[in-house]
Amino acid sequence: MITVSLTINKKEYTCEIDPQTTLLELLREHLGLTGTKRGCEIGECGACTVIMDGLTVNSCLVPAFQADGSDITTIEGIASNGKLHPVQEAFLEYDAVHCGFCTPGMVLSAVNLLDNNPQPSQEDIRRALAGNLCRCTGYQQIFDAVQAASKKMKSKR
Amino acid sequence: MADKKVIKSRYFFEEDFEEQLAEVPAEKVAAWDKKAKLKIVGKGVDRYDAYDKVSGTARYTFDIQLPHMAYAKTLRCPYAHACIKSIDVSQAEKMPGVLAVLTADNAPKIKWYRGTSYLFDRHLRYAGDEVACVAAKSERIAAQALKKIKVEYEVLPFVADAGKAMQPDAPKLYENGNIAGGKPSVYERGNADEGFNRADVVVEETFDTQVVVHNPTEPHCSVVNWDGDKLTVWDSTQSVFGVRNALADSLDIPANHVRVIKKYMGGGFGSKLAAGKYTIMAALLARTIGRPVKISMDREEMNLAVGNRPDSVQKLKFGAKKDGTLLAMSHYSYGAAGAYPSGAGCSWPLRSIYKCPNVRTEEYTVFINAGPGRPFRAPGHVQGTFALEAMIDTMAEKTGMDPLDFRLKNYSEIDPVSGQPYTTKRLREAYEAGAKAIGWENRNKKPGSDSGVIKRGLGMASQIWWGGGGPPTYANLKMNRDGSVEVLCGTQDIGTGTYTILAQVAAEVLELPMDKVSVILGDTAVTPYAHGSGGSVTAPSTTPAVRHAAELMKEKLIGYAAAQMNLPPERIAYRSGELVDRDNPAQKMSVSALMRKVREQVLVTTGMREANPEGYAVNTFGAQFAEVEVHTDTGKIVVKRIVAAHDIGRTLNRKLLENQFEGGIMQGIGFALMEERVIDRNTGKVLTTNLENYKMTLLPDMPEIEVIIVSDADPLLNNTGVKGIGEPAHIPTAAAIANAVYNATGVRFKSLPLTPDKVLQGLYGGVKQG
Ligand code: FES
Ligand code: FES
Repeated sequence: MITVSLTINKKEYTCEIDPQTTLLELLREHLGLTGTKRGCEIGECGACTVIMDGLTVNSCLVPAFQADGSDITTIEGIASNGKLHPVQEAFLEYDAVHCGFCTPGMVLSAVNLLDNNPQPSQEDIRRALAGNLCRCTGYQQIFDAVQAASKKMKSKR
Repeated sequence: MADKKVIKSRYFFEEDFEEQLAEVPAEKVAAWDKKAKLKIVGKGVDRYDAYDKVSGTARYTFDIQLPHMAYAKTLRCPYAHACIKSIDVSQAEKMPGVLAVLTADNAPKIKWYRGTSYLFDRHLRYAGDEVACVAAKSERIAAQALKKIKVEYEVLPFVADAGKAMQPDAPKLYENGNIAGGKPSVYERGNADEGFNRADVVVEETFDTQVVVHNPTEPHCSVVNWDGDKLTVWDSTQSVFGVRNALADSLDIPANHVRVIKKYMGGGFGSKLAAGKYTIMAALLARTIGRPVKISMDREEMNLAVGNRPDSVQKLKFGAKKDGTLLAMSHYSYGAAGAYPSGAGCSWPLRSIYKCPNVRTEEYTVFINAGPGRPFRAPGHVQGTFALEAMIDTMAEKTGMDPLDFRLKNYSEIDPVSGQPYTTKRLREAYEAGAKAIGWENRNKKPGSDSGVIKRGLGMASQIWWGGGGPPTYANLKMNRDGSVEVLCGTQDIGTGTYTILAQVAAEVLELPMDKVSVILGDTAVTPYAHGSGGSVTAPSTTPAVRHAAELMKEKLIGYAAAQMNLPPERIAYRSGELVDRDNPAQKMSVSALMRKVREQVLVTTGMREANPEGYAVNTFGAQFAEVEVHTDTGKIVVKRIVAAHDIGRTLNRKLLENQFEGGIMQGIGFALMEERVIDRNTGKVLTTNLENYKMTLLPDMPEIEVIIVSDADPLLNNTGVKGIGEPAHIPTAAAIANAVYNATGVRFKSLPLTPDKVLQGLYGGVKQG
């Protein structure tokens, strides 16, 4: 067993874990944060995307001990005070959701894009979401939602 | 309206016609026709469950954690064909944290795959077949324990190719040989040979399509829990009642001891229509160890063992008169079912879409040593439409006609198979609207005439599918004392928006805001029967049942109001959630005020899907148009634009409809250009077991898409005028792309997927020399 301390959605946690535990397992199984999904466990689908120290990662590929001392944002930490993030609102409004299994990962990739690049080009959006597999939608609504969120956030700034 | 009767209901579901007894209303609710003024149905209201999904609070099967839960993993056969000589689980059982191991040695003999095999069989017919299942304290321990199981196999000769499996000397999967049923399925009308003799133009071509895998993002998963002798199962399934029946039969327990629940699930596309072995194995393990068990497939198992779309080799022969009149069509095909029963036929579109007096089809479904097929978004139709529509284009070219004119020339006003008229058919309108939107006049009049390295082309394809649904499907509606309602229906929302459309229908009839309507689906203990979610039957089966339940509720409320207001029921009208005296509109009551006078506090009605009209064929139709660029230097095909023009009856929700169409098209692009399960011919093992090797469409691959609905409503079919859209969206995409590639290059590619190597091979007979 090893001890890992990290910040998740602005709260501090210290966990005793098996050294083989991945960040995905830590979130889901130890902390019950099941909004982060498991689609493949080998870094190929993006369903497990979270933001770690300002960058998106596939949490299934990150050993939990490597996240020691880091700052993590998951889908549960995107809304604030019960109000959805503009990206979530846009996903809702544009119906960028079908079965919803890819949605948390998509939302985090989009939030991270807009955090780092508030006015992304179409190409930037395509690139930022190219690692998130969706088997249901045609991606168009997702693309439109990210564009709309960027506009909305800009007008609020 | 309250009277009912029992009928024999027959309609097409996924792979075949089904006939079941069903209770239906004796008197149909008058259908919403095209003139009906609807306030909520047809509007792009937000998805009912979108908040849960964007906030991460939606709970999928895999998210369910029960106290004391154990985890199960499956050991799979490493050989394409083998027999188990012996299994030694002693080392695995000794591992700390291992709770139980199931194998053919200790598991009950439970028949599987329509009785051709067992849950644990000693005869293993593909690399991936189930050998053992381990329950342990953690998934990781279970996975480690699998490595400690010692199995002695007798390795048998295998065959992993349908063509080879049909040869008399091929290794046999079953005693009776590798052809399912021992013979082909044959369909004939008129006399094809005579038609060919009379034809001015005869063309023969052979096409083939690949095996593709559903790969929903959420892996197949079950969580099972016994309370004494009662079993509760959460399952990522397209059919809660199907899973319940499989559990009750397999475990030999009464159906009322099994409850199957599905709330949210991450897609299925047909792969989750039937119960999986894993669910039964988890239930057996849970009973043995006295703890709940979770079992989930990993991505490798998803690509091996939970279904696929069979491949096809199709030989087509068409004959036409000089003026373009089709005289005869024949279709010979074979395809791989995989190791266990599943259908690989693909001639339905050819039989049913064009007017042609002489047709013959002969289809073989062949067993090979590979993972079993399962229905995958329009079984047979996607493969069949690719070959059929290529042939139609070829015939048009040979007779000097525009491809669209050729299709119109052979347009069928009635169903050519049954001779019956359609409830509605708006394919002509779909052709017109689609052609206009894509700019059909801009296609290369001479295929391949576009000069330059990047060649542009336009192509199109027609679509036919059933998608009318039918009884039995029931829905309960509960009216609470505050006037809010709950809709209960045993269907499942597999991502398509069933929650939303059912809420819309109830809100429409009862004139309530959407937030006054809750929808509960997919729970065998709570929700009345509805069909599995497949075959595009869900919307046309469930929405009329919900409408019926809501209309009955209105009638019931009027009855209560009449008693309360001391008026005859005819005097009372239901208007915007109020019960109004027709003769004296000032005298009225709100539903909530009335409900406070009702002792039971909850009123319940049961609605039923009405019978389909007799003597009519029910089909969905459409046409998709594709614009592509073929990069003749690299062989890469880029899809620039897709226009989808369809007849799907009434649009329930434009926002959801577009999403569903775009998703079908997205998968069609994958089928056309990149998806393929590859088997190593030397070992019979699947090479594409991860998403790196099994390529699927991602955002950068997507074209611009325009969805046009040419239908208003199909009031003859059902009371909401709705047909399905799930499979129609997907069927013609690959065929339209392939025809566009021909228009761009002048080279006919007859094998899917259209990967760069095949394109270069077709253009230059190999890689272009510098
Ligand atoms: S689960 Fe991590 S990338 Fe798929
Ligand atoms: S919505 Fe189903 S995977 Fe994206």
